[in-house]
Amino acid sequence: MTEDRLYGLLAEFQGPEELLKATQQAYDAGFRSMDAFSPFPVEGLAEALGMRHTWLSVIILGGGIVGGVVGFSMQYYSSVFSYPINSGGKPFNSWPAFIPVTFELTILFAALAAVFGMLALNGLPMPYHPNFNVESFSRASRDKFFLLIEAEDPIFGADDTRRFLETLEPVEVSDVEP
Amino acid sequence: MDQEESSPVLKPGYTIASVTDKISSIVLTSRTPRQWWVGFGVAFIIVMVLFAAITYLMVIGVGIWGIMIPVGWGFAIINFVWWIGIGHAGTLISAILLLLRQEWRTSINRFAEAMTLFAVANAALFPLLHLGRPWFFYYLFPYPNTMGLWPQWRSPLIWDVFAVVTYATVSFLFWYVGLIPDLATLRDRAGSWIGRVFYGITSMGWRGSARHWLRYEKAYFLIAALATPLVISVHSIVGLDFAVSVIPGWHSTVFPPYFVAGAIFSGFAMVLTIAIPLRSFYHLEDFITMRHLDNMAKVMLAMGLIVGYGYLIENFIAWYSGDVFEAAIYTDRFIGFYAPVYWALLLLNVGITQALWFRGVRRNTKLLWVISILINLGMWIERFIIVVTSLAHDFMPSSWGIYIPTVWDYATFIGTLGLFLALIFLFIRFLPVISIFEMRELVVEQEVQGAQGD
Repeated sequence: MTEDRLYGLLAEFQGPEELLKATQQAYDAGFRSMDAFSPFPVEGLAEALGMRHTWLSVIILGGGIVGGVVGFSMQYYSSVFSYPINSGGKPFNSWPAFIPVTFELTILFAALAAVFGMLALNGLPMPYHPNFNVESFSRASRDKFFLLIEAEDPIFGADDTRRFLETLEPVEVSDVEP
Repeated sequence: MDQEESSPVLKPGYTIASVTDKISSIVLTSRTPRQWWVGFGVAFIIVMVLFAAITYLMVIGVGIWGIMIPVGWGFAIINFVWWIGIGHAGTLISAILLLLRQEWRTSINRFAEAMTLFAVANAALFPLLHLGRPWFFYYLFPYPNTMGLWPQWRSPLIWDVFAVVTYATVSFLFWYVGLIPDLATLRDRAGSWIGRVFYGITSMGWRGSARHWLRYEKAYFLIAALATPLVISVHSIVGLDFAVSVIPGWHSTVFPPYFVAGAIFSGFAMVLTIAIPLRSFYHLEDFITMRHLDNMAKVMLAMGLIVGYGYLIENFIAWYSGDVFEAAIYTDRFIGFYAPVYWALLLLNVGITQALWFRGVRRNTKLLWVISILINLGMWIERFIIVVTSLAHDFMPSSWGIYIPTVWDYATFIGTLGLFLALIFLFIRFLPVISIFEMRELVVEQEVQGAQGD
């Protein structure tokens, strides 16, 4: 198998601690284009991959602010400019009565931003991924833990990297076809 | 750890592989249990009753119901408030208990969220049917129209539209996001082609990447944080639908918090009504343990006491305010036409609930199931009392009137119960009833704790 036909190498580990340790060692060895897979969130694993922060909170805050502004200005525009009508002697801009709808739209937009922001940053939906070619990867959603080193990493070499992964005491190392 | 030791949130001895297998096998089995068919079949027939009732309503109009001035808000509003209240327990369990890091929520949050979704769907049906011309429902939304009209933003009824739409959307998103990793598990384990395709599309290619998990958990927590004030706001706004009007018995500042407590009370009752048969039929006693039932019963008791306090304070204020109309309506509830209904309400919501003080009652599943159904009934009656007695007995004796529901009122209400059950049955058959990935976390935590204990 030639190197350019390889997507990467996938090492299987028994438990979360083994995966975390292996990921840290791979990071320390200089690998950057890599990913770790686990059946449940493992504390510190994303940090071990070199992920420092995510923009998700900012996106959600932005969604909430947009929702609040849209909600309030919609009511302000319609009650003050578009269709001013005296209702129970209240002022046209009876802002306390506009709070509930403003609040609901803030929550709605923030929640939509949270879900779609999370999916977009994660690159989902992605029905095909080379990992799925590896038979044992189906257990990543059950009880097995995996570390993937991608071929696009500058210091990747099919044989060298395989030898390196073997030193991390995996259960098995598999080739991932693209 | 004293009482937790005697009744853990998860029976020891499970591994992350075996919890996965046990929960996913309920869905992935090729043989549908015969009892499922019977249960779904009965529910489906009741759904047909609902369709018939709605069709007849579309043909004739709301005159087929018992509503007539002065009581213009009959079953439709009672059922709306009741159903949406039931939904609140699901959000409470999934969001508020998540933020409070109550680990016992893990095995009950999934179906509680599903229950929320189906209850909100049923709730939303009623105001639409009550419109009279439901096909003009889009008038409720602020859209540019040739009439140049906008909704009346100062009315709690329009707040309700936004609250319910937001609540339904956020509940769906929260439920679906929670499902994604479990759908991936089902995709990887499904035997049939159709199963792999269905779960493959719905799981969106989830593969458990550490980077994805980080964003996923952040999104999940923040949606929980957003859903928490949302759920409080929804039933508060439903309470304001009444409290903002000047009808005696409705015009009360205690309504929003008292409605929220009532919502959680009835919602937990509905969770128990579903959980007790579910755990017994699918042998999930190891996951939904006595501790869960016990805790839910305690929450129910606490909420029941708040509701009871609500009744007390309503009556006290009616007397203390010196408002003759207010006093008249509360006297009427005790001795008037609907007095038997009010006494039944007090018996069920205040009387029966007190049995939950006893540990023996909380840990007797059959008794707890019966009590949960009685509380559901009691909370439905509460909404009947609020909606009907105030309208039937307002300021002028000449405008008093009595509301008697017709067979179509009952058919629509019972029909939505059928719809709710049918959706629950479909959910149990096709989606994991317990969150698998959160159970895996629980297993790992338990192993760590066990190792530290040694």
